[in-house]
Amino acid sequence: MNKENTIPALDIDQQTPNEQTIEEIVASLGDTVGEARVENPKMSVSGVDVFYAEKQAIFGVDLDIANNEVISMIGPSGCGKSTLLRCLNRMNDTIPICRVTGEIMLDGEGIYSKDTDPVLLRARVGMVFQKPNPFPKSIYENVAYGPRLHGLNRNKADLDDIVVNSLRKAGIYDEVKNRLDDAGTSLSGGQQQRLCIARTIACSPEVILMDEPCSALDPIATAKIEELIDELRENYAIAIVTHSMQQAARVSQRTAYFHLGKLVEVGDTDTIFTNPKHELTEKYITGRFG
Amino acid sequence: MSTSMLLLVIFILTALTYVVGRSRAASLRKQSTSMHSLPRYYGYLAAICTAVPSLILLALWSAAEPVLLKSSTIGTLPAEVQALSTGELDLVVNDIKNIATGGISQSADDPVRAAAAQHYTESRASSRLYRTIAVLILCIAGALFGLKKINSGTRARVAVERAIMIGLLICSCIAIFTTVGIVLSVLFESLRFFNKVPFNEFVFGLQWSPQTAIRADQVGSSGSFGAVPIFAGTLLISVIAMLVAVPFGLMSAIYLAEYASSTVRSWAKPLLEILAGIPTVVYGFFAALTVAPLIRDAGESIGLSVASESALAAGLVMGIMIIPFVSSLSDDVITAVPQAMRDGSLGLGATKSETIKRVVIPAALPGIVGGILLAVSRAIGETMIVVMAAGLAANLTINPLEAVTTVTVQIVTLLTGDQAFDSPKTLAAFALGLMLFVTTLILNVIALQIVRKYREQYE
Repeated sequence: MNKENTIPALDIDQQTPNEQTIEEIVASLGDTVGEARVENPKMSVSGVDVFYAEKQAIFGVDLDIANNEVISMIGPSGCGKSTLLRCLNRMNDTIPICRVTGEIMLDGEGIYSKDTDPVLLRARVGMVFQKPNPFPKSIYENVAYGPRLHGLNRNKADLDDIVVNSLRKAGIYDEVKNRLDDAGTSLSGGQQQRLCIARTIACSPEVILMDEPCSALDPIATAKIEELIDELRENYAIAIVTHSMQQAARVSQRTAYFHLGKLVEVGDTDTIFTNPKHELTEKYITGRFG
Repeated sequence: MSTSMLLLVIFILTALTYVVGRSRAASLRKQSTSMHSLPRYYGYLAAICTAVPSLILLALWSAAEPVLLKSSTIGTLPAEVQALSTGELDLVVNDIKNIATGGISQSADDPVRAAAAQHYTESRASSRLYRTIAVLILCIAGALFGLKKINSGTRARVAVERAIMIGLLICSCIAIFTTVGIVLSVLFESLRFFNKVPFNEFVFGLQWSPQTAIRADQVGSSGSFGAVPIFAGTLLISVIAMLVAVPFGLMSAIYLAEYASSTVRSWAKPLLEILAGIPTVVYGFFAALTVAPLIRDAGESIGLSVASESALAAGLVMGIMIIPFVSSLSDDVITAVPQAMRDGSLGLGATKSETIKRVVIPAALPGIVGGILLAVSRAIGETMIVVMAAGLAANLTINPLEAVTTVTVQIVTLLTGDQAFDSPKTLAAFALGLMLFVTTLILNVIALQIVRKYREQYE
């Protein structure tokens, strides 16, 4: 298995001037600007460092994820936003050389504590990936996968209900209702991504993590997914990593800007985009680098 | 000029044309003539024009020469010799050839044969001379033609691509025609066998004892050719082997692909593949001298009577032998399943083993079945282990503790030693081969259908 491939690219070296180490630059960035904490957070990240073998990818991040809110994480490639996202449901556990320190809480319980079962955690904190990855099974089986695993249904009728509801919530039901037995891979890219969202919803998660969910999609499919994200906010806490600042502005209520593994600035999306406090945030948002 | 000398000359001429052609094209290009292709393609094209026609002529001539020489030599012989049967005539011609080439001959003094040998030598020499001239002329003509084609009007790259395609086509044709040839030869020999032994008796007969009487007055051993017992034996041993190889091979593949750290993997995989490198004869005596007595003793200790050559021993060892086929191929296809599939499943809260069972294995199924099929073919075709460990007795039984025999073993015993190639006994080998071939083919077709039905195709 090509485990190395799953490590997000770290282009830190490219951006590092020769005379300074990453640690020095990160130290020079100063404390996070803006309010990282919210009242009653769904998830709460405190002092998290992440290492890939000896290389540090995340430096002391504090961040809250609130209920019924979309938080977007932006920043240049290799800034650690995907890495942090993958910490939130412990997907980083699949990378042997990855080490996480600090504390991440879900409803006040540490997800990296010994008592937490990563398998159950991932059912509560669902994830949608960058590239649509439906299983090579029928559309129905794709959505029924999670409920079957976790025994969420008592009988076949239950399962049918879950599948139909999840597809409805993901806004794809009308397009696929007559061909639930077709292969999930036979759908178009945008439909596949919505199927993957339906698949995640079917596990009835509390938090949904999205890792650049639209980067492989055309503008029309992207618009549909963005609309969907906005609707899903009613029921879930959502964290989305994106490279598109327009997307962050459109779908999220709060925005966090990362640079070289450090959370530089966080705050209301409106404030970040209209009145950024940190020099780097302003540079990034106005398109001067990144 | 000898054939190897001729080949060398063709080779040199080809290389020369390539160099000349390329530099001519390059200089044309420099003179800003708009050329269709890069200079080296004109070189290739000129080289192909030089080599291919002359090589074809050389091959055809060399194939036709012996036949023509033989018939012309026979033509010089007196009528009574020509009237001899084909076999005897061949002997005479061989003798003449021996005289001509200075080999040992029993009738070197015979003036007729000496004259024929003289004729043979002369015609061969002239044939060689004409061959050299013709091939060289064709070669040079090809070179000139190829060099003349170097101009802006020739689409050299297209022509070279086409030539490469044809070359590849010919290679695949050779493989296919060889297969067809083997199948046909087996088929025709089998038809000769079925002329002597009825088809039904062979396919459905329950008695296998291929010893036939050599002389008319010989007593006993009339021979009976019922193939059921030996096919049952083959099946029994193959099933035992697969029962060992499939679970162990598949499980170890899953471990290596999904669980093992890269250090373990880099050690374990080559070690496992060494199993495939052990000669089957070594497995054979391992089965016969170690495993079979072990099984017999173990059986006796719990009150079972076990033959000292048992299907179980042969099957177990054969299973171990084919573990690497299953594991190595399965490992490759499991590794080829995209990481995104695993992430998707893990992200939904599946455990590692659930992910493997529900996503990875179904996605890898076609490849796994392919590996298993290859292993089955190996098991059915394996001979050495069975000869040593399972015996020669054609018992019709499904008891793995008894001695059985297999198709391949019977083919070996039928054809070992001095045999007449028109007795039912030896021809039976071809019929067995044909049956084996048909069985394997049917197995393959069935397995492919199963795979097509259940495969889960990822992008």
